[in-house]
Amino acid sequence: MNDQTSKTSKEHFEPVHTNKVGGSPFTGVTGWIDNRLPIIRMFRHEYLDFQVPKSLSYFWSFGGILTICLVLLIVTGISLGMHYKPDANQAFDSVEKIMRDVNFGWLIRYAHMNLASFFFIAVYLHIFRGLYYGSYKEPRELMWLLGIVIFFLMMATAFLGYTLPWGQMSYWGATVITNLFSAVPLVGDFIVTWLWGDYAVGDAALNRFYVLHWLIAFLIVGVVVFHVIALHIVGSNNPSGIEPKDTRDTVSFSPFTTSKDLLAMLVFLLIFVAVMMYAPNYLGHPDNYIPANPMVTPAHIVPEWYFLPFYAILRSIPDKLMGVIAMVSSIAVLGLLPWLDFSKVRSSVFRPIWKQCIFLFVLDFFVLMYIGGAPAEGIYLVIARIGTAFCFAFFFILAPLVSIIEKPLPMPTSIHEFEEWKKQGKIKTIKLFNK
Amino acid sequence: MSEIKNKDKTTRRDFLTTVTATVGAVGVGAAVLPVISQMNPDSSVKALASIEVDLSKVKEGQEITVLWRGKPVFIKRRTKEEIQKAQQTNLKDLKDPQEDKLRVKKGKDEWLVVVGVCTHLGCVPIGGKGDYNGWFCPCHGSHYDTSGRIRKGPAPTNLEVPQYEFVSNDKIKIG
Repeated sequence: MNDQTSKTSKEHFEPVHTNKVGGSPFTGVTGWIDNRLPIIRMFRHEYLDFQVPKSLSYFWSFGGILTICLVLLIVTGISLGMHYKPDANQAFDSVEKIMRDVNFGWLIRYAHMNLASFFFIAVYLHIFRGLYYGSYKEPRELMWLLGIVIFFLMMATAFLGYTLPWGQMSYWGATVITNLFSAVPLVGDFIVTWLWGDYAVGDAALNRFYVLHWLIAFLIVGVVVFHVIALHIVGSNNPSGIEPKDTRDTVSFSPFTTSKDLLAMLVFLLIFVAVMMYAPNYLGHPDNYIPANPMVTPAHIVPEWYFLPFYAILRSIPDKLMGVIAMVSSIAVLGLLPWLDFSKVRSSVFRPIWKQCIFLFVLDFFVLMYIGGAPAEGIYLVIARIGTAFCFAFFFILAPLVSIIEKPLPMPTSIHEFEEWKKQGKIKTIKLFNK
Repeated sequence: MSEIKNKDKTTRRDFLTTVTATVGAVGVGAAVLPVISQMNPDSSVKALASIEVDLSKVKEGQEITVLWRGKPVFIKRRTKEEIQKAQQTNLKDLKDPQEDKLRVKKGKDEWLVVVGVCTHLGCVPIGGKGDYNGWFCPCHGSHYDTSGRIRKGPAPTNLEVPQYEFVSNDKIKIG
């Protein structure tokens, strides 16, 4: 090799730039910083000049709402962490101390508790938006998958957080959920003992649950960053499901989307504050104000409302291992949707059959939520089984089948034409607030 | 000539790469092991592994619950009727077939000792309830009979019989 290169007469060296300082459109101190750390440029490019489809509805505000919720959860969580004690003998009392003695402790705890619920409300609406408008389709599959990862992490951290007050529901919820791992063939029992650090849920488990509750919260922040980076590469979907083509189709992210999102956040937070102030325990369970007792299981044990549909799926199957597999796959299957639904049309506005399927899926979600809170017997068990069957049929049968047999409605060729059709009443879209 | 030379060189490099990678992998493994192992039950937990229980005050038909390794253990002094029911059950009717005599100590038919943790997802079943008058788990509806065997519901196996022995006529040691 060396002989050959020395034979060629003119030597050529590619220039190297290890020092990339420069290129900022700003001057002065801003420019000095931006030349060295280009986040100001990036912020302007991605949040001020960023073009988004002009047809975005309020359904597109939930990303922003979720970000606010996550920030508030972290702020209230850090505040609570300064007073909470992750010790089986002290945890319950330290939470009561927060409620009675710590300055504004009651407010901070109620905010943290209810924000968790509202985070799930927003995330379910966010997922519905994705389902209805086909936001999971090419080229947004990876963003969709990252979203599912966030959802799994959210469920884990919500569960771990719920165990921390060390009430009866905390304790027995922790027991039931960690026991799900005992369904793993052969090594299940070892995994459970390893998770507990004991032969039952106890002090060792509580201590590590506290650490993991923090860890996963920040993992969520990390995956959210990836989710948003992916969003800024593939761009926002919109109610028409058509990609923007020219400036008639788009508006700048700021001030158009920012002002719209701020209004949506305000309304969302108003509802949140109303619930937090007037019915702070409505979404919780009174049994969690009884200190944990390893000798007595509450007669009616239920998870938090946002886990009920999955809990119903778990209970609907009479086999332990299969029940756990069904429950986990009922969420993981969302990740296959970009490939199970191969219709070229994104938006359900133009998909008359798929639209009905999605509404049935939403109905199924609420039916399973109701069943998850009801006793596991008689007619409830029958309904739970039908609901579980429909959930999987939706993904594995309806999605591919409808992709094949459905004839989409006539579509506009661009977003601005879509807006005109809407004004002419040619197409109907879901409106969160009437204009 | 030059090919042989090249081959020699790559062999030497391959050797160093393999050795370095092996030492690295062993090192990573050795570092991960303590981090994984620290989560298993510690010495103080393992030290509390056995307890003694006095049975002299338990009347026929009565059931007591004691705490062992952080879990409840049911000790039931069964009535003649309950023993008979448990012994006469057809093994074909059982999900996890096991004879009653294998679940009690020989000659001590009236004492049934089981870990009071539902084999489904770990709740504590309620005594004297359910379709088979043994235990009923309120969480997901598992029914156990008077021998603590699973009869109906999602639990896969019978209530576990812990390791125990009679140290005297009315005293047992669990663990």
